[in-house]
Amino acid sequence: MDLMVSNLMIEARGLTKKFGDFVAVDNIDFEVPSGECCGFLGPNGAGKTTTIKMVDCVLPLSGGSLTVAGMSVSERPREIKGMIGVAPQEDNLDPDFSVLKNLLVYARYYDIPKAEALKRADEMLKFAQLEEKRDAVIGELSTGLKRRLILARALINEPRILLLDEPTVGLDPQARHMIWDKIRELRKQGVTIILTTHYMDEAAELCDRTLIMDHGKIIEQGQPASLVKKHIGEEVLEAEYNEDTLKALKEGFPEATLEVMSDRIRVFTTQPHGTFEEYLRNSPLKGAFIRNANLEDVFLKLTGRQLRE
Amino acid sequence: MKASDIASVFKLPRLTYRVWNVWRRDFDVFMKTWKVNFLPPLLEPIFYLVAMGYGLGAFVHSVDGVAYIQFIAPALVSISMMYSSFFECTYGSFVRMYYQKTFDAIIATPISIEEVIAGEILWGATRSLIGSSIVLCVVAAFGLVQSPLALLIPVVAFFSGLMFSAIAMAFTSLAPNIDFFNYPGFLYITPMFLLSGTFFPLSSLPSGIQAFATAFLPLPHTVMLTRGLILGNLPTMLLTSIAWMAIVTPIFFILSTNLMKRKLIK
Repeated sequence: MDLMVSNLMIEARGLTKKFGDFVAVDNIDFEVPSGECCGFLGPNGAGKTTTIKMVDCVLPLSGGSLTVAGMSVSERPREIKGMIGVAPQEDNLDPDFSVLKNLLVYARYYDIPKAEALKRADEMLKFAQLEEKRDAVIGELSTGLKRRLILARALINEPRILLLDEPTVGLDPQARHMIWDKIRELRKQGVTIILTTHYMDEAAELCDRTLIMDHGKIIEQGQPASLVKKHIGEEVLEAEYNEDTLKALKEGFPEATLEVMSDRIRVFTTQPHGTFEEYLRNSPLKGAFIRNANLEDVFLKLTGRQLRE
Repeated sequence: MKASDIASVFKLPRLTYRVWNVWRRDFDVFMKTWKVNFLPPLLEPIFYLVAMGYGLGAFVHSVDGVAYIQFIAPALVSISMMYSSFFECTYGSFVRMYYQKTFDAIIATPISIEEVIAGEILWGATRSLIGSSIVLCVVAAFGLVQSPLALLIPVVAFFSGLMFSAIAMAFTSLAPNIDFFNYPGFLYITPMFLLSGTFFPLSSLPSGIQAFATAFLPLPHTVMLTRGLILGNLPTMLLTSIAWMAIVTPIFFILSTNLMKRKLIK
């Protein structure tokens, strides 16, 4: 039993958060084992950030229980916050200070002695490849540099848990991959990571497990690959829309789910690899191609295509 | 408002030494640009002393037995206590809270929101101490300090600053946007600047206004204390002023900490 407890870094039971009448997080259960990288996916307003803020002891719970490293968030927020690093969605770097001073001032909030803080700040600048920007003013940094500094800042207290709220939003591919590398490196070091993202490739790339949230509830969870297999299958057939093609596809795949979006038809089937290829060889369709099923297909299937907000 | 709501607004905040870490952040920012920050409290009193002390003072024989310039000098010291702390904890705190998200960044660390607010209020008190000490030096340079008791003025400055900061923070907790501060600026600070025994004795005002000012405005008490210490002439009324401040300051300190918590943590 003791082993079980020490293995679970985060455990939520019936976790609920209401803002007035609005239920942002609706009675959810989840657990994150120590050392796991767990992705929270979901449309805007699904409750991902609210959940993260409760784990970080910033928002009080409206109901249920939430423990971090075996401690209740409502009873021991200081200890919990001391072992968590947070990279929030919005830029809250201190514009009054330089890059280095941002890290030093943040270290002081954790009571890290000055000499130690300086040592760690230099390590973090190196880790985030920001050494050249050591003395730069925050206002001069690009979005990518800011994200890297926010990540560096989140690591200044050598956290055992890292909360990353959309860590790569608005970044160019180079910067995104750099952040991904860093996250992988931290995962290897055994840091428990919770990550929210809108990018399905990011979740598939980084997460051991993903939880899909919608309307404050967890509607599905599992390893990215097995979720894809379970809900979509291995491949998706896409073809240009016209009445004849649609009719032919309906006849060819009576079991499948067909989706028509603007001028395209998508065919989802759980039939094994190669089914579509064989079909196309016998009856070629205009503008048709086969692609691998991905987490985005799962996401859209489960949460729908309706725009949020 | 339910009784439990009222009780929660007056709940004693739990504070630790971490308040100091918040204070240090603001202090570090201030010191980064200290030259600019030292300029207004250095120059402003010179303008006032020259224009009003010499200029206007030429038409005034004496007030309460002292030269006009001598009468307004302690008021200038008090006014700087009010301005530096009040504006620090309205505009300054609001910018840090709303635009810079500094409070959000701090409460993700082991520091609590109550400690952030307490640190801000303490910093506001420190601004009062720094600003008014500079003004005091200017006043001394004009030869207008009469008593060594003036050395106690930094203590008055700190506690008056604490009071003004706590009141300012209560306004900040109610502010939906930064323009809101025009209201306390024009409806509270400006009349207080004029009607607190600053540029003429309170006793020249109609008795109704006089009573209102001493009962509800903080500045008359600060002015009375500062003037007493600079002139070396301590009226017994001082005890009433000290008592007034000792009651009002903790009330607003607790109230504003809880209101800010309620504003920031839903």
